[in-house]
Amino acid sequence: MISIDPESVPDSTGHFGSYGGMFVPETLMTALQDLDREYRAATADPEFQHELDGLLKNFCGRPTPLYFAEGLTHLLGGAKIYLKREDLLHTGAHKINNAMGQILLARRMGKTRIIAETGAGQHGVATATAAARFGLECVIYMGAVDMERQALNVARMKFLGAKVVSVTAGQATLKEAINEAMRDWVTNVRNTHYILGSALGSHPYPMIVRDFHKVIGEETKRQILQIEGRLPDHLVACVGGGSNAIGFFHAFLGDPSVRLTGVEAGGRGITRGQHAARFQGGKLGVLQGTKTWVLADENGQIELTHSVSAGLDYAAIGPEHSYYRDRERIAYDFATDDEALAAFQTLAKNEGIIPALESAHAIAHVIKIAPSLSRETLLIANLSGRGDKDVQQAAEFLLQAP
Amino acid sequence: MLNRIDSKFQELRAAGRTGFIVYITSGDPTPDQTVRLALAMESVGVDILELGIPFSDPLADGATIQAAAGRAITGGTNVAAVLEMIRQIRSASQIPIVLFTYLNPIYIYGYERFLRDAVAAGADGLLVLDLPPEEIVKNSEFVDSKGLLPIRLIAPTTPPDRMEQIARSAEGFIYYVSREGVTGEQTSLSQSISSQVAEIRKHTTLPIAVGFGISTPDHVREVAPQADAVVVGSAIVRKIAEAGDTPDLAARISTFVRPLVDAGKNSANG
Repeated sequence: MISIDPESVPDSTGHFGSYGGMFVPETLMTALQDLDREYRAATADPEFQHELDGLLKNFCGRPTPLYFAEGLTHLLGGAKIYLKREDLLHTGAHKINNAMGQILLARRMGKTRIIAETGAGQHGVATATAAARFGLECVIYMGAVDMERQALNVARMKFLGAKVVSVTAGQATLKEAINEAMRDWVTNVRNTHYILGSALGSHPYPMIVRDFHKVIGEETKRQILQIEGRLPDHLVACVGGGSNAIGFFHAFLGDPSVRLTGVEAGGRGITRGQHAARFQGGKLGVLQGTKTWVLADENGQIELTHSVSAGLDYAAIGPEHSYYRDRERIAYDFATDDEALAAFQTLAKNEGIIPALESAHAIAHVIKIAPSLSRETLLIANLSGRGDKDVQQAAEFLLQAP
Repeated sequence: MLNRIDSKFQELRAAGRTGFIVYITSGDPTPDQTVRLALAMESVGVDILELGIPFSDPLADGATIQAAAGRAITGGTNVAAVLEMIRQIRSASQIPIVLFTYLNPIYIYGYERFLRDAVAAGADGLLVLDLPPEEIVKNSEFVDSKGLLPIRLIAPTTPPDRMEQIARSAEGFIYYVSREGVTGEQTSLSQSISSQVAEIRKHTTLPIAVGFGISTPDHVREVAPQADAVVVGSAIVRKIAEAGDTPDLAARISTFVRPLVDAGKNSANG
């Protein structure tokens, strides 16, 4: 394995080795460069970090617990399983870490209008919450298909005062919502900040979003050392764009004894158009500002994707994940819709926790590997979000059986 | 041999006239119609043709050109098909052709292979919307242009020092995006076009084409005195969509485009 220095990426122009970068139209270049500069200034400003820490603690509920999942551990009979409880955060998922950080950046830059895309709706809810907290105008772009399968989150965003714009282009999911948000930003760039919700898109977003989520892994490390007195053996997280995973893994990248596994959405199985697992059948390409692994056909057109989980249903993976995969520091596997739904059910019944369908992909992987691991093995899954938003959809799949 | 784009601007400069550039999406409604449209555009006096290579996720384009790209992709238009259209146009015309696209389709075709094949087919320039100069410097694979002139965008948000940097890596002409926003028609033009074009001229001697949102003869008359060329896209693409795949499509579009071209020709180049 090549030695890893997690602080060395991205470089000053946003590249993770040969991945990442700023592949955007000229109208956005200046805004992105301004954002990069402002972000670097903010991170050097103790006041900024102090304000963010206060919000994360008192408004969002950090630190989140690291919870010993006794029921699941007993059921699987192998590794000792812990869950990092990001599902207990305000608004129900890790997404609020980034939304709070970016709203403070927007305020520093004097922007009065906030836009965002959302897939599962968690990032939209987090952004609408942050905007409401600071009294900023907020517009959320969401695919029409996602609006239907995540109707509860649409209602939440509206209660929070956001305008939710339905995007009907293409397959009407996350990718199209990002296209529309970027078009809005190109048009309103002078007064608007775009709070991108995952570790993807053009630089500086993959860096900024990762950094605002690094707290997940940093807390986890402190907590496991306190509880078990040693580093964990294996971390597992789901990967759509990859924000919860990179935030969870980051503090452990320099600890070679800790295995890291990202779980992509296997959908209905790895056949074209039926999944969202970029490392299974994807190609090196450029989508929405970044060079990374994408699901594209031989003509370079972006392929349809499918996942039961709206938050993982996206054709490109964050560039930092491509970088660490090449370096064999993070391994990637996938879980299918059926496996994720089964995990959703298993965690609910055996642990009393209903996970988001996204996070259920990580649990599905835990269910696969834990039984064959020794009882001394410390396995931690990031429970990135709670499943309230998915109850209706899961009921259609799971409760209709006789 | 001088590139067709450079010769065209020399010719325009000598004649003291503003050039007229038309954008159409290749393969919309069909490859055959694209070839006929191209030839028809030349016959009504269009100086340069911009051919879009359709991409599934055109984030700098408004609804009109997105829809055209969707129709073209559904009809099977890919990079190879666009190159074939250029070969057919070339068998009857020497109109300068600029390819207008996003990186992914040509990246997956193979960037170098694309440059070679496009030049061989008879293309003259390339405008990749999501490939800024920073990424060309960073990725050696994008440096060589193999004779396909790199056309670069400057936007209303581009600060002067960056104009300088962009102009240095550009050839053929500078495409000034005359509004903050995506492609598409609009009722009135930005007031800052003339001052911005004047600012760009401080940083380059290249000709400046102005586009995005120019959709009527009045717009053309307003912009032509300040620009070396005027670009009209969405207004024409919308007409193509309305007409559909009819035998007289090229004639109908010619009727629509002629007054736009004339509006430019009757305005003195300042």
